[in-house]
Amino acid sequence: MEDTVRGTRAPAAVADDATLLARMQAGDDDAFEACVRAYSGQLLAVARRILSHEEDARDAVQDAFLSAFKGIGRFDGLSRISTWLHRIVVNAALSRLRTRRRRPETSIEDLLPHFAEGEHQIDPPAPWKATSVAILQEQEARDMVRGCINRLPETYRIVLVLRDIEGLSTEETAQLLDTTLGVVKTRLHRARQALRSFLDPYFREGEA
Amino acid sequence: MNCREFTEFLHEYLFGNLPAAERAEFDKHLAECPWCVAYLDSYRKTIQLEQAAFATAEDAPPPVDAPEELIQAILQARARSS
Repeated sequence: MEDTVRGTRAPAAVADDATLLARMQAGDDDAFEACVRAYSGQLLAVARRILSHEEDARDAVQDAFLSAFKGIGRFDGLSRISTWLHRIVVNAALSRLRTRRRRPETSIEDLLPHFAEGEHQIDPPAPWKATSVAILQEQEARDMVRGCINRLPETYRIVLVLRDIEGLSTEETAQLLDTTLGVVKTRLHRARQALRSFLDPYFREGEA
Repeated sequence: MNCREFTEFLHEYLFGNLPAAERAEFDKHLAECPWCVAYLDSYRKTIQLEQAAFATAEDAPPPVDAPEELIQAILQARARSS
């Protein structure tokens, strides 16, 4: 599953990646400013999805731009600037997250399915409304789903955000989190199951 | 196959990572178990919901600009480091 909402839509002000890159590599101050103005909004949105504190998100964006500009000479321009910056800000945000993550996590076990002796779920799943996804056009519903994602234990939330929302591959996610493909796959599945449990009361048929 | 096994590996089933023989086992279980049909559907919708909650609609305005103070902080930090 490689769906992505990654920032591939370049702002109108920066129509030509190659020219902007060449100017930045030549040390043109105006080009650096144009790059910051064009992409900082997108990068801030990415950092906010990973970090819950606004100050941390802004710091991560600043870290990302400084890191990108420091390495501008090594960027070959084969990918879009937005894609390159996306990867860098994810890295910067994860670094911030690691320094923040000190409190113990809650267990995810209670949010996963439990089975009776006959191997059926103790709380049998009920069908969800056919209109479940359509109601996301309402801001209130979007906020509710985002709120449920934020309630996930951090270890699981971050995998879900990187894979399902930022559109990174399993390999990229494992590399960024310094873990194995198997761990990423398992955590992603558990995170989706737990999120499903949070969403179930809102979307099961017969509920208001 | 039972519900526990189906639930444990349904992501492999959903994203087509299973050999044909194992896939057939999942299909057979689904044909017999309305609870797992409901669970699979809600799992799929969960993924759609999380993505829709963050996706930008086609007709939505461009992403909000970053605050000017952040832009200035970045430009000043770059000036100091270069």
